[in-house]
Amino acid sequence: MDIQRLHEILSTIWVVWFVLLFTGILAWVLRPGSREAASRHAAIPLRDSQP
Amino acid sequence: MAAIAAPIPTEPDVEAPVRAFAIATVFWGIAGFLAGVVIAAQLAFPLLNLDLEWTTFGRLRPLHTSAVIFAFGGNALIGTSLFIVQRTCRARLFGGEEMGWFLFWGYQFFIVAAAVGYLFGVTQGKEYAEPEWYVDLWLTLVWVTYLVAFGGTILKRREPHIYVANWFLLAFIITVAMLHIVNNLALPVGDGVGKSYGMASGVQDAMIQWWYGHNAVGFFLTAGFLGMMYYFIPKQAGRPVYSYRLSIVHFWSLIFLYIWAGPHHLHYTALPDWAQTLGMVFSIMLWMPSWGGMINGLMTLSGAWDKLRTDPGLRFSVTAVGFYAMATFEGPVMSIRAVNSLSHYTDWTIGHVHSGALGWNGFIIFGALYWLIPVLWNKKLYSERLVSWHFWVATIGIVLYITAMWVSGIMQGLMWRAYDEHGFLQYAFVETVAAMHPYYVIRMLGGVLYLSGALIMAWNIYRTVTAGKEEAPAALPAALPMAAE
Repeated sequence: MDIQRLHEILSTIWVVWFVLLFTGILAWVLRPGSREAASRHAAIPLRDSQP
Repeated sequence: MAAIAAPIPTEPDVEAPVRAFAIATVFWGIAGFLAGVVIAAQLAFPLLNLDLEWTTFGRLRPLHTSAVIFAFGGNALIGTSLFIVQRTCRARLFGGEEMGWFLFWGYQFFIVAAAVGYLFGVTQGKEYAEPEWYVDLWLTLVWVTYLVAFGGTILKRREPHIYVANWFLLAFIITVAMLHIVNNLALPVGDGVGKSYGMASGVQDAMIQWWYGHNAVGFFLTAGFLGMMYYFIPKQAGRPVYSYRLSIVHFWSLIFLYIWAGPHHLHYTALPDWAQTLGMVFSIMLWMPSWGGMINGLMTLSGAWDKLRTDPGLRFSVTAVGFYAMATFEGPVMSIRAVNSLSHYTDWTIGHVHSGALGWNGFIIFGALYWLIPVLWNKKLYSERLVSWHFWVATIGIVLYITAMWVSGIMQGLMWRAYDEHGFLQYAFVETVAAMHPYYVIRMLGGVLYLSGALIMAWNIYRTVTAGKEEAPAALPAALPMAAE
């Protein structure tokens, strides 16, 4: 397999990998039960001892 | 969950360098706006270049762009990011006070070294990457130190979760380092320091340059400033961000998409068609993270809209999000090849850039400063009325600027492509220049108003900082409302 062919295969795999990765992130962030953690995280800047 | 069981930090946050960054932001902002007004006046009245090589448009224009983007924007970004990362990680800056001061003086030296080079004609000729190799090397050193300071603070955090503002800021720091290094790979030549040749040439060089250029917009002026938005708007509104989950989704979609949008700067050039189409498609997809950020910024205000009446600083931040929405809606439209054939090389582009720069970047910085300065100096703001004046003067300035550039740009594009019945071009180039004169004058007036607003702010901040009596911090209620989500 020459380098040209390898590049073609890798760049195709790369697209699939990125789509899977992004879909995975979406599923993780929007999973049931994440709401409670998210609201805790959103309060981080407001839970500040200083003004 | 186990938030801060540890004792209260023995050492306070590093704040003196942050104060210095805040003052430098105001100073460089005024310098940059002034340079902008001067070159706007030169376009309307060319005699104002004084017939001196040092004051020609070609040398002052990079002075203006670098002063507003890297000096005004950069000082604001570094200063606020050092503040945000310490507060939200509940950790003192990695490297302490010395680290902060090295970053401050190192960055100011970069700005001055670059600016002096421009005036003497030392330039790489790459837009937004004009500084020559010796300045680039220095900036690389300062920037990597910045990454160490920011990353080190995150690593020693005592808050288990890394707040989303820090995600945006870290993405900004890492990506700018990568872009800066790759786009400035060059070989110095000759005896002096003022000349080098880039490693790439031809269309590859053009593609690397606009991969750099567009992502400087994407990660310096967008991701970094979104980090600012995600801290200061919740602080000003006293409410948590509207949807934390949306902020994560819009962060990752921004990261996945932005890096591919650069080729839209090279429509109808020697760049292969597939690359142009790729850049266009990814630019269109950027509508998604754009709307994510806009919805999240604006909806944080839901239930607290009344604060807009009483807090003119918050008015700046919210209007900034409005301009963000507008500019990032317009950008993808202009990246469509058919639209670009009309808009490219015209003033429409300048108008687009300035609705983002003056409206989004400028206003979010002003909003942050009006919140941050009283906190950093532990004093009450000198005058809320002057903030209101600043707001309206600057807003009218932006409106004059961008409407003048829309009309002038579209007119210019249409005149360039107009044919008469014999198939000849209908207008000579100089006729388009003459037709644009009134709009150039209006644009200059818009710039004068924006500069005047910044001067009002400088006076207000000067009076705040130098006021004798310290106000009790009770003047700033530490509200801790937990929203529904």
